[in-house]
Amino acid sequence: MPTFDLAVTPLRDLNQTLHDIVQGDNDLQFEVVNPRGHHAVAAGVHAPVSIDIRGSVGYYCGGMNDEAVITVHGSAGPGVGENMVSGRITVKGDASQYAGATGCGGLLVIEGNASSRCGISMKGIDIVVRGNIGHMSAFMAQAGNLVVLGDAGEALGDSLYEARIFVRGKVQSLGADCIEKEMRSEHIELLGRLLEKAGITDARPEEFSRYGSARKLYSFHVDNADAY
Amino acid sequence: MSYHNPPTKPRLSATFDEYTMSEIRRAAATGIYDIRGGGAKRKLPHFDDLLFLGASISRYPLEGYREKCGTNVVLGSRFAKKPIELKIPITIAGMSFGSLSGPAKEALGRGATIAGTSTTTGDGGMTEEERGHSQLLVYQYLPSRYGMNPKDLRRADAIEIVVGQGAKPGGGGMLLGQKISDRVAEMRTLPKGIDQRSASRHPDWTGPDDLEIKILELREITNWEKPIYVKVGGARPYYDTALAVKAGADVVVLDGMQGGTAATQEVFIEHVGMPTLACIRPAVQALQDLGMHRKVQLIVSGGIRNGADVAKALALGADAVSIGTAALIAIGENDPRWTADYEALGTTAAAYDDWHEGKDPAGITTQDPELMKRVDPVAAGRRLANYLKVMALEAQTIARACGKNHVHNLEPEDLCALTIEASAMAQVPLAGTNWIPGKGGY
Repeated sequence: MPTFDLAVTPLRDLNQTLHDIVQGDNDLQFEVVNPRGHHAVAAGVHAPVSIDIRGSVGYYCGGMNDEAVITVHGSAGPGVGENMVSGRITVKGDASQYAGATGCGGLLVIEGNASSRCGISMKGIDIVVRGNIGHMSAFMAQAGNLVVLGDAGEALGDSLYEARIFVRGKVQSLGADCIEKEMRSEHIELLGRLLEKAGITDARPEEFSRYGSARKLYSFHVDNADAY
Repeated sequence: MSYHNPPTKPRLSATFDEYTMSEIRRAAATGIYDIRGGGAKRKLPHFDDLLFLGASISRYPLEGYREKCGTNVVLGSRFAKKPIELKIPITIAGMSFGSLSGPAKEALGRGATIAGTSTTTGDGGMTEEERGHSQLLVYQYLPSRYGMNPKDLRRADAIEIVVGQGAKPGGGGMLLGQKISDRVAEMRTLPKGIDQRSASRHPDWTGPDDLEIKILELREITNWEKPIYVKVGGARPYYDTALAVKAGADVVVLDGMQGGTAATQEVFIEHVGMPTLACIRPAVQALQDLGMHRKVQLIVSGGIRNGADVAKALALGADAVSIGTAALIAIGENDPRWTADYEALGTTAAAYDDWHEGKDPAGITTQDPELMKRVDPVAAGRRLANYLKVMALEAQTIARACGKNHVHNLEPEDLCALTIEASAMAQVPLAGTNWIPGKGGY
């Protein structure tokens, strides 16, 4: 397994190597040591490779990931998995703000807590957070699923479109146009699959509440002006 | 004895003029502000308020049609491994698929390619129409991130991070539901038929230091090959330019108040931002203060109409200009041949700006399949190419008259101003004087 030590190897060499992978290459497992808070570690990978990062990373780790399975054995800075397309990113520790922002697909698992704006503007990504999430999470989220086993901060799901939010703990407050919705059987099934994919076995779908858009602000009307 | 009282002529208020009163009535009736496309319609200090000082004795002109005058420009020479070289210093500004029809995007690509310049995507992602027909395509990375994906990022020739737009610095867009076709809805991952609110700020960064790290991410994803542009709306051009340079931009795109938009509030278009003319010198000053003038290229947009505008923007320190509204007019927007259709919409073939409603008779700012057929991408592309080439020829003509063998050799010394306002904004002397009012800090 090729190992990149970012204490001695430039980040550029790591990312270029990962980007140069083509179908038929033998090395499909990589290890990164001493990430030391570098930004954009394993950003833009577009091959079905496995990357284990031993330590904590800075901004935008796994940005725009497509197909890769990335595991951060530490914590992640802001924007982990930004605009991810497919594949999987797992953060063993905590994640900073806007984790999974604008993500279009794939699975982002945060085993610790996530900060504010988790899943902001998400567009199809699935995000599972074992701990808590901060304020303004899923702001303007368009599609995909945000699953939170802990608590959610203020203004959850403000200006939400069609993304679904599942929270097991408390929600400090809901944002504009976000409401609690009934957990029907299809949501139980969906949530069950997401928890299974995320490797979570100690939580049952029935313990969660579902939140989504009231769709009252989808078309402007002056009588709703107080909500804007 | 009786006196005759002569009739008096009714006096209209200058404050409450007919347009203002009609807007008050419209707001009262509908409960929503006016949303429209295009740029500022009010009269603003502009390039027309400047004149060139052709050569006589103190300067020596070049021979028209004989002596060469270069027009090429290299964009992205600071960091990118693959900078872009354009034949002419005029690019096509970002305009989204969704706002524009597919055939219109194709026409822009065809025309720009013939003329040797680039086109730019827009809020809505990259379409095959424009990638297929644009030899050089700039991919916009916008706050909404509609249709954003790394495959298209890698297919682009440059990346433009849009922070602001001249028509609405600090504002997002509003595309009303009637224009959201199945294809547009799919590209934007939003339900069909809703009012789409484009974000006003990038969701995953909050300031210039974050922008620097964002640029690093985009460079890493694209292997440092592609130029990174940063586009700002003309509002605080000195500081925004300086911070874009600090963040690592290869190119700064500065869009003045006359710059257009697909759809936003009328009050935003007319009352927020600064005239294009007023934006250039502070931006150039920022580049000069940082020792980066001509190293980080400056593209100026917002109301560019002809070769004189191009030459004036370059003389004030820009490296290139960008056109949006003018390009749409060149391919047929507001064309008089659709006069009857425009009148049926309650407007004219000159004033039509309800681009968000999707009813454009010219087939350009619409997703209606029948209206779209009115755009012949090949013929419209040819028209755009002609227009671009004419603008370049006009700029060359002026540059030669000023004794320059490249349009980039034009300088503020080649200009004078007709008005005190223009003199102060462009920082060139009032005609016939050596006086530049307001010289000082920004």
